[in-house]
Amino acid sequence: MGNVKHLAFIISSAALLAACSSPVKVTEPAPVVESKPAETTAPAEQTRTVAPVETKSIDPLDDPKGVLANRSVYFDFDSYVVREDGKPVVENHAGYLTKNSNRQILVQGNTDERGGAEYNLALGQKRAEAVRKSLTALGVPEGQIEAVSLGKEKPKAEGHNEEAWAQNRRADIVYK
Amino acid sequence: MRTMKKLNTLILTAGVLASLSAHAQLRVEITGVGSNQIPVAVAAFGDESVSPTQISKIIKTDLERSGAFKIIDAGTIADTNNVDLAAWKAKGADALVVGTVQKGADGSFTVRYKLMSTVQNAKLSQLDQQAAPQFTRLAGHKIADDVYEKLTGVRGIFATRIAYVTQQGRSYRLEVADSDGENVQLALSSNEPIISPSWSPDGTKVAYVSFEQKKPVIYVQNLITRQRTVIANEKGSNSAPSWSPDGSRIALALSKSGNTQVYIANSTGGGIRRISNSSGIDTEPQFSADGQSIYFTSDRSGGPQIYRMSANGGDAQRVTFTGSYNISPRIASDGKSLAYISQRGGKFQLYVMDLASGQETRLSDNTNDQAPSFAPNGKYILYSTESGGRKALAVVSVDGRVKQRLTIQAGAIKEPTWGPFMK
Repeated sequence: MGNVKHLAFIISSAALLAACSSPVKVTEPAPVVESKPAETTAPAEQTRTVAPVETKSIDPLDDPKGVLANRSVYFDFDSYVVREDGKPVVENHAGYLTKNSNRQILVQGNTDERGGAEYNLALGQKRAEAVRKSLTALGVPEGQIEAVSLGKEKPKAEGHNEEAWAQNRRADIVYK
Repeated sequence: MRTMKKLNTLILTAGVLASLSAHAQLRVEITGVGSNQIPVAVAAFGDESVSPTQISKIIKTDLERSGAFKIIDAGTIADTNNVDLAAWKAKGADALVVGTVQKGADGSFTVRYKLMSTVQNAKLSQLDQQAAPQFTRLAGHKIADDVYEKLTGVRGIFATRIAYVTQQGRSYRLEVADSDGENVQLALSSNEPIISPSWSPDGTKVAYVSFEQKKPVIYVQNLITRQRTVIANEKGSNSAPSWSPDGSRIALALSKSGNTQVYIANSTGGGIRRISNSSGIDTEPQFSADGQSIYFTSDRSGGPQIYRMSANGGDAQRVTFTGSYNISPRIASDGKSLAYISQRGGKFQLYVMDLASGQETRLSDNTNDQAPSFAPNGKYILYSTESGGRKALAVVSVDGRVKQRLTIQAGAIKEPTWGPFMK
């Protein structure tokens, strides 16, 4: 996508350069011919019809101060159980998803950096599955949720200490 | 000699950086020597200055890096047909490598080499190769392979390649390099992680896990044609691909049942079937050398341990028993030894196990080893480790005596995997 934009930029720049290289006389502007618009009268049935507009109610998902803005569930070391502090997060999103059956989510599980890439991927999956199960227990249909793992590959906190590791033992709810 | 070599490497690195700043130039450092070093004299090849690479230097560096040889510099021997072998025997050499390079009218090079035994006072081997300019390095590696095989009885791995992933910020690159870290070629670049590359047995394709779709998906990429095939994009995570020895199947791990389990797919795509059955994690499947068994990591007993089952599934036998965290099994091509990572005393370290006796040997003094893979001749293990806070690659001989470290100038290098023998 970035590349496409880049390419488009290069092409447009090239076009611009090409345009610049062809001789242009700036002192003699091209004559502007003003044409008068034809005077016409629209028929009454076209000017007297009103098309109604309804203001949209704000999607609570888009409210940066709303409860749905919190989309992360944290886990203890070597634990794959949703903690007490994660339960409201799961409940809030379960409420939204059951009311909005057209919305689908990815639950991305994560781990801290210690250990092998593939085993951590499987551990991250366990965290994602724990959140998925909590959501389905609250009535969210399976079809709206996909539990996946990023393992230790995409740490939110880059540090190599317990503080960073605690941030990375996490599952994120990502709306598709 | 040692300082000189380092300096050369530095100059080379700087030169390459100047021309190809995005490329990961590997720097190789060697420590330790083998137990029985064979003394070999290597002569500068006649007219080798016409070639873009100094063939005799590649041979010397390869043989030295293996730890199996003590290299004696033989100067230049232009007349390779009249060599005084007795004189070289007197200088302590068991064997002598001589050769010539000729530039052809079409721009290609003819590289001729002979291996002479001073002990038997006879020619042990010879090889004539025709090489395009960009393949003169390869010609040198093939000669080193022949010397290694004739003198040790084991097939050489200098002409094989490795694959690995580099990361600089959000830029991930899957690269392929010669076994000496030279001749780096980009296979895939992405803004999302790439893990678990695995070579096809013929060395023309690599299977890997890419996160470009916001989740792990398994691809097979043809290195020659660039063609990519999705091997598994099932609901959930798709990971840990590994080829069957005949190249027809790929073992992998899928989470579509709600827990990570081992499956097998056709290497051309499709045909996915489950072969492991536990209520926990089964992952990192690896075919045995004969293709009959699969080794894998499972937490069925609590922490992760290595197990073995039939490639058709069924009951599994536990293989590792020491420590509470044993992962990433890799089997040597002779089927006799298992390399893996074990966490003991807070350190993740490379171990090798003799499967017949169950005897374990620790091969690393580092603290954060990952992703081991055997050289195709079974004599070396490539793995990722940490060095001075940075991710680096390391190679160790299976007897633990010879060690190499491969580092890059900037960023991380990880997920290495040693490629197969190639034609």
